[in-house]
Amino acid sequence: MKPAPFEYLAPDSLSAVVEIMSENGDDAKLLAGGQSLIPAMNFRLVQPMLLIDLNKVSELDYVISNENGELRIGAMTRQRRLETDPTIARQAPLIAETMPHVAHPQIRNRGTIGGSLVHADPAAELPVIMVALDGRLLVRSNSGERWISSSSCFQGIFTTDIKPEEVLIEVAIPPMAPRTGWSFVEFARRKGDYALIGVAAVITLDNSGHCIHARLVYLNAGDTPIVAQQAAAVLINEKLSPALYREAAEVADAAIEPTANIHASVPYLRHLSRVLTVRALDQAATRAMQKIQ
Amino acid sequence: MIEPHNVEIKVNGQLYRGNVEPRMLLSDFIRHELDLTGTHVGCEQGVCGACTILFDGQPVRSCIMLAVQADGHEIRTVEDLSSTGPANDLELHPLQDAFWQAHGLQCGFCTPGFLMTLVAFLEQNPQPSEVEIREAISGNLCRCTGYQNIVEAVSIAAQSMFGEDR
Repeated sequence: MKPAPFEYLAPDSLSAVVEIMSENGDDAKLLAGGQSLIPAMNFRLVQPMLLIDLNKVSELDYVISNENGELRIGAMTRQRRLETDPTIARQAPLIAETMPHVAHPQIRNRGTIGGSLVHADPAAELPVIMVALDGRLLVRSNSGERWISSSSCFQGIFTTDIKPEEVLIEVAIPPMAPRTGWSFVEFARRKGDYALIGVAAVITLDNSGHCIHARLVYLNAGDTPIVAQQAAAVLINEKLSPALYREAAEVADAAIEPTANIHASVPYLRHLSRVLTVRALDQAATRAMQKIQ
Repeated sequence: MIEPHNVEIKVNGQLYRGNVEPRMLLSDFIRHELDLTGTHVGCEQGVCGACTILFDGQPVRSCIMLAVQADGHEIRTVEDLSSTGPANDLELHPLQDAFWQAHGLQCGFCTPGFLMTLVAFLEQNPQPSEVEIREAISGNLCRCTGYQNIVEAVSIAAQSMFGEDR
């Protein structure tokens, strides 16, 4: 249970990190909060030749709200801050509300938004939330910067569109539309465990209470965050009701592909998904309704 | 051969200077280099919470941090909780005393992790509800007590540490 030997560098500037990654991207691993990487190194599932510690790169720890209401979060911002920061609670309450589901306070004190996103664990909450909120990821390499949409970033288990030499530096969340409600629900066997399955819902209503935008994104229901587009389409232009939530949940059943494990069979996971979907839609729609008037 | 790194770490108020191999876990550093064996190593994968210490005042799992990452930082371990009394006797921290009163431990393996988690928790939340206490200790596993007496110990500690303010 000890990591294999590696060289260690802890630069204190982003430019130094980008420089090192441009030369060593294939052999190097970036260390953010380390709450998934170091356990994997302890098991020797991951054996980097070179570990680049980002924890001294303080320029990547920030939460900024643009004048247009866009939220910009530095990649090294700790999960604990996502949970407690008043700007995030105001502008992207879905993030703040979801954080208590991410492991335990001791883990969130170290874990970062960027580390969780690039790790791309299908059972992790942050990738699901980013897709639900239409977030974008900014990466930098020696050849410049580029934005990646969260919907195209997650390509498989532990696999993203980010290239080995690229460094995730920022996450941008668009402003929440008026009359938007949100919800994240998951089922875990114990507090802080990886969830068996979970779902994020975002709903926007028009002034008359008809649904004009809906998104359902599932956690641990496939290799990546799973967007249930046809299920969301059920809700569009409708006045929302419990019957519609149940219908959407049935339609979403075709989008998800949960896999059985020692704790849960596929039929049970699909049952959970339907129950959680109805709850998430109910909470999101109720919140959106409260913003009308 | 990987070169060791120089580190300067404040440990329980005292400055430590030395060399560490990059792959040395902070938990192993605390136990093997500093001989502070109060920090226990359970799962070595960040699940059980036995190795919890305070890193710059915040509870973290020392088994999933590298010792070299503590360079320039301050750590506190369970050894720092008790103090020496006037007659050179050991005076327990009020939280430790509460664990003793409430029988909040049996084998004691998990206890240092619970204590370090809860010291920070009580500073932030001096009057916690039972639900908040259970949430706070959700990241620490205990196989003996069934948690009931630990929860009770935290209530007693909150009362003895902050009760005057009520």
